[in-house]
Amino acid sequence: MSERKIRVLVAKPGLDGHDRGAKVVARALRDAGMEVIYTGLRQTPEMIAEAAMQEDVDVVGLSILSGAHMALIPRIMELLKVNGQERVKVFVGGIIPDEDCPRLKEIGVTAIYGPGAPIEKIVNDIRLALKPSK
Amino acid sequence: MVKSSIDPILSGERMALARLLTEVENDSPAARRTLDELFPHTGKAHLIGVTGAPGTGKSSLVNQIALHYRRADAANPNRVAIVAVDPTSPFTGGAVLGDRVRMRDLSGDPGVFIRSMASRGSLGGLAQATAGMVQVFDAAGFEIILIETVGAGQTEVDIARLAHTTLVVESPGLGDDIQAIKAGILEIADILVINKADLPGVDNAESALRGMLSLARPVENLIHHGQVMSVPETESQEDSQWEPPLLRTIATDGTGVEELLAAIDQHALHLRRTGGWKQRERARLEAELQTLLTETLVEEFRARIPIKHYTALVEKLVQRKLSPNEAVKLLLKGKA
Repeated sequence: MSERKIRVLVAKPGLDGHDRGAKVVARALRDAGMEVIYTGLRQTPEMIAEAAMQEDVDVVGLSILSGAHMALIPRIMELLKVNGQERVKVFVGGIIPDEDCPRLKEIGVTAIYGPGAPIEKIVNDIRLALKPSK
Repeated sequence: MVKSSIDPILSGERMALARLLTEVENDSPAARRTLDELFPHTGKAHLIGVTGAPGTGKSSLVNQIALHYRRADAANPNRVAIVAVDPTSPFTGGAVLGDRVRMRDLSGDPGVFIRSMASRGSLGGLAQATAGMVQVFDAAGFEIILIETVGAGQTEVDIARLAHTTLVVESPGLGDDIQAIKAGILEIADILVINKADLPGVDNAESALRGMLSLARPVENLIHHGQVMSVPETESQEDSQWEPPLLRTIATDGTGVEELLAAIDQHALHLRRTGGWKQRERARLEAELQTLLTETLVEEFRARIPIKHYTALVEKLVQRKLSPNEAVKLLLKGKA
């Protein structure tokens, strides 16, 4: 029973109320054998960082469609660090303009996905991102 | 991990706690050693199990119970840990753990710690590592530990062995009175809760459950029709026998939760007064020893048998040359 499962927090920070995408990703990660903690809509960065800490996750997946990503994501990255979770890989999905991507990568976001990103790619990217640290 | 590895846990460092929980869940050798060290610090918490069919509102109710425990004593609030178990897919080994969705009221409270866990193939409504996780929270000084099982129906009764107080949550419109007379989950209830009490059908659900409860205690019921609790004449018996109260709640707005907390505390008091608390602890620890002994013996025994022998034996079973019973005898004699 000592097989190590990948634990992923899937969260929707901010105020937009569309969680279809987040749920589809959650389900797909489940089907890939991961344990997905789903926290629901309208989470503050503080709530997300707290859940990531309590659940000791390997990955945080953020779904943002509202356009507030440049305010929300840096705050989440900062809080993860404060909690000692700088090793956690952060993946972002949603509507993120290309010009914002370099800055997000700079502050430590592992990957960013737009609409239509193939699920298998997300699954593979997560596995790859976690490999060297294990 | 060396000797001092338990200090951060005892002093309540949350990240250290979270990491240890992961180790315990994965049953790593380091976690086993840490659990050994933590064991003397356990035995102080009140373990409250919450079980019931999927969709009865267990998570929402746990949320409310935790909120009320946090508020109950403003000067010296209880610290509350929540272990929420959700099922693992038997096909992919993955899981979606969604209990936190209903517990957002608790976020930002440093006196609350919520941990989701997947059942990872266990069938009793808990995961194999749940007991270990509960021990960690107990040692870390959480006075109240709420354990939410997977959506359970009839045979998922492991929780009754782990918890001091078991709540069985029902809601209106789930099955008829035949469900209520089947063996299993109702029998383990220390407290029965009809949640979603604002839905139609609540009276039917209550009378079906009440009928069931009274059947379980026919003698008292003959004398005191329907009066399950606090009947003067039964006071002498009350010392030894607990009458599971039946309470109505609406977890979404907190209706009835205060009364529920009173009943939980009363049950704890009852257990302490009658020695039931110690009895339950003893039964739980003995069951744990038994399980561990079985696992360890089987593991060690299997390690001594060459895999070739073992598969050859299985082959003989398939060919019906040996019965499983005979095979075990041969293995134990070392003649296989």
